[in-house]
Amino acid sequence: MATTLQPGVESSQKRRNLVEMNWDPITRIVGSLGIFTKIDFDNKQVAECYSTSSIFRGYSVFMKGKDPRDAHFITSRICGICGDNHATCAVYAQNMAFGIKTPPLGEWIINLGEAAEYMFDHNIFQDNLVGVDFCEQMVKETNPGVWEKAQKAAAPHAAQHGYRTIADIMKALNPFTGEFYRETLQVSRYTREMFCLMEGRHVHPSTLYPGGVGTVPTIQLFTDYLVRLMKYVEFMKKVVPLHDDLFDFFYQALPGYEKVGQRRILLGCWGSFNNPDVCDYTYGKMGDWGRAMYVTPGVIVDGKLVTNDLIDINLGIRILLGSSYYVDWEESGETFVRTDPIGNPVDKRHPWNQTTTPKPQKREFGKRYSWVMSPRWYDKRTGDYLALDTGGGAIARLWATALSGLVDIGYIKATGHSVIINLPKTAMMPETSFEWKIPKWSNAIERDRARTYFQAYAAAAALHFMDRALKELYAGNTKTWSEFKVPENAIGCGFHEAVRGVLSHHVVIRDGKIANYHPYPPTPWNANPRDVYGTPGPYEDAVQNTPIFEENGPEKFKGIDIMRAVRSFDPCLPCGVHMYLGNGKVLETRHSPMFGLQQP
Amino acid sequence: MPETSQRSGVPHRPPAVSDVHIVWITAGLGCDGDSVSVTAAEQPSLEDVLLGAIPGLPKVHLHNPVLAYEVGDDFMKYFYEAEQGRLDPFVLVVEGSIPNEEIKREGYWAAMGTDPKTGQPITTCEWIDRLAPKALAVVAAGTCATYGGIHAMAGNPTGCMGLADYLGWGWKSKAGLPIVNVPGCPVQPDNFMETVLYLVYQAAGIAPIIPLDDQLRPTWLFGKTVHEGCDRGSYYEQADFADEYGSSKCLVKMGCWGPVVNCNVTKRGWMRGIGGCPNVGGICIGCTMPGFPDKFMPFMDEPPGANLSAGIVGMYGMAIRALRAITNTTVNKEPKWRHTGSNLTTGYRPQTY
Repeated sequence: MATTLQPGVESSQKRRNLVEMNWDPITRIVGSLGIFTKIDFDNKQVAECYSTSSIFRGYSVFMKGKDPRDAHFITSRICGICGDNHATCAVYAQNMAFGIKTPPLGEWIINLGEAAEYMFDHNIFQDNLVGVDFCEQMVKETNPGVWEKAQKAAAPHAAQHGYRTIADIMKALNPFTGEFYRETLQVSRYTREMFCLMEGRHVHPSTLYPGGVGTVPTIQLFTDYLVRLMKYVEFMKKVVPLHDDLFDFFYQALPGYEKVGQRRILLGCWGSFNNPDVCDYTYGKMGDWGRAMYVTPGVIVDGKLVTNDLIDINLGIRILLGSSYYVDWEESGETFVRTDPIGNPVDKRHPWNQTTTPKPQKREFGKRYSWVMSPRWYDKRTGDYLALDTGGGAIARLWATALSGLVDIGYIKATGHSVIINLPKTAMMPETSFEWKIPKWSNAIERDRARTYFQAYAAAAALHFMDRALKELYAGNTKTWSEFKVPENAIGCGFHEAVRGVLSHHVVIRDGKIANYHPYPPTPWNANPRDVYGTPGPYEDAVQNTPIFEENGPEKFKGIDIMRAVRSFDPCLPCGVHMYLGNGKVLETRHSPMFGLQQP
Repeated sequence: MPETSQRSGVPHRPPAVSDVHIVWITAGLGCDGDSVSVTAAEQPSLEDVLLGAIPGLPKVHLHNPVLAYEVGDDFMKYFYEAEQGRLDPFVLVVEGSIPNEEIKREGYWAAMGTDPKTGQPITTCEWIDRLAPKALAVVAAGTCATYGGIHAMAGNPTGCMGLADYLGWGWKSKAGLPIVNVPGCPVQPDNFMETVLYLVYQAAGIAPIIPLDDQLRPTWLFGKTVHEGCDRGSYYEQADFADEYGSSKCLVKMGCWGPVVNCNVTKRGWMRGIGGCPNVGGICIGCTMPGFPDKFMPFMDEPPGANLSAGIVGMYGMAIRALRAITNTTVNKEPKWRHTGSNLTTGYRPQTY
């Protein structure tokens, strides 16, 4: 890891001028995030990075004692862009705890709603928030040399997307005035209409319940969704090649750009889109119905699939402290769940056994500096607490699905090394296939590229869900909700993919009330601070290894490469990063054997 | 009288101010869902307002962290300028509930930016203290900022509250305006943008003072109940109640609070008339209300008053339903003179054929 002492490496022997540069808040993300760095401008490298979150709300505290049926209404409010992912995940956990199953049509409606959420959310984030980092205005301000090249670079897929040069694409991405920026804003609206058709309202759904949905399944409902979906399918035929052109150009224009935001391949995906033919929400069969999901779960270490079994995934989750403002529960906290429903021991640091006790205090980098805890995945083969990241969701989902090679629905086929997405003919474009191939790196550009491909994946999956839903409807199977009784004592867990990555909800019910509830969204996995073993969180780690390609010196430094690295993870803390421009403080000149080493 | 543009005959009256800034704090205890919601608005859309697609508007500059081009200090610059009175006039938008920072010894619940002197985060409360006195108008976006919302539920550790609880319900801006509350969890997209548009029109000297009710909500948006706008209200009238989710009937027995909640979502839908709550099968959980969430929990139980009122409407409703069924059967049949054959039975007596 980057903080390891490695004497003998040449770069570490140099005297280094480290300049403190901070961005608090980071904008164009959801939530409050601060990134604090020390930068070595002489060697064009980030030497050290701390990630901090400036908000505490306390869901796990105030949900105690509440009615378990309220969990999905409450937890939706955790997130203002993917709240529905929380509501859905909570419903999965409720279903397990209540011992019920959603009727098939209800499950297809949820899948169609969640697919619309991916289509909307990746779209607005990619092209209205991240896209600005690649727009004309930004590139001119940070890398005039790149702008020069972009004007001369013909776009290889101009015939598909209509932009002649890379510079034309960059112009189209300018905020509000850019043509493509405004188009994607419009697309973000009709995709949200699709979402509202299935789940009532965006972003906190009104029609989700434990046991299914209250959405009334009519012919009109599905027609209204389908016509919008086909518009989106046509849009994706343009957008995938557009982003391929833009991202490939960065590798060519800035050799070495693959190192921006690069970290060891440590990816987690908890799976998405349940298959009602297989999914019965029982814990014991979770491995099987997890593998039947239309996005396959998986833990990937150094490019290899370690497991795609949700029971293994569940039992490996550990919540560590180290740099967060909380009291440790290892000794003092109650053990709610000693074994899982099939007898496996459950660790004290597992979410089922976590006790959240906030302890607000001064922020001290190197000691306690964030409200985010440090989730890790315990690799029982090696005894390592792995700092898995989600890469902003899409890259981990495609990677895990590709490696498992299980999804095969015509519109989508996982091959073991790639994912093929087949889109039907649309008004103005012929049938089109895209193939996402497992990339060489887990870095900023590949995280961003995967996002675009996953937008197409979600649309293709929705076409399948539409076929299945209509089949139920035509057969007269219109039931969308199952009745249930809340048990006195039960436990449950839900696994899902929030748009930006892994999502789990763990609930313990006692005397008919919530005794413990711990949601783990993607951002704690990505944005966490150094854990008790000194392992930095993924943002810290990815930024710490980032070389600086920006042409500006410390006076006008925008930190664009750092921003691209951080935003590639699709941060969602409800946070922001502030940047101190021009007044960067020179910290020290010294031998620094520990900073800025490339990761092995 | 409006002036006329020199180039054409289009009536043109210059706004009272040339520029208005919107300074938006999302660093309350929230989820940024109101900012995200606003990007869905189309009546008007953000770009309609920012690009001047609406007549009579001054130039509007938006400083919102979810959408800003700038990052870090470049972004915070506007907040410091507003504090120093150099960004005038500006509308302050607050999103998220306001934590009570006084209940603990040190640290912070919610913060934005870092104090250059101490290196510690600047709390959201401090930003409100700095900016509210300088603002032309202060708007609370969403139920967290208006009344506390989800994060202020019983058992919460942060002691959080709505903006009016924090600044005082009688608080007035330097222009004499009370806080403007636009509740909703999240805020309905068009409701919020329309309120902003109104305030910018007011700043431009075009619209009169914004009409607010005693909970500081725009009256034209929150003057009616969910039930009064609900297309399932007629099921209630006929005492025809859903007994499961997924039914298209009235949801009061399934936990819907629509009859007593101030909100226009059933009239306006969520986006372009699509979606909503009880109109599309989602029980109303009262998310626009000062009493949200505690007074509506557990959400899926029948509201205590609904049993009585639905019982009272029962006899009348069932009678009405039966009578309407008879009439409905009648009007589903065509009149008897529409037939083939050589006899005309419409009542017309032909003289010429």
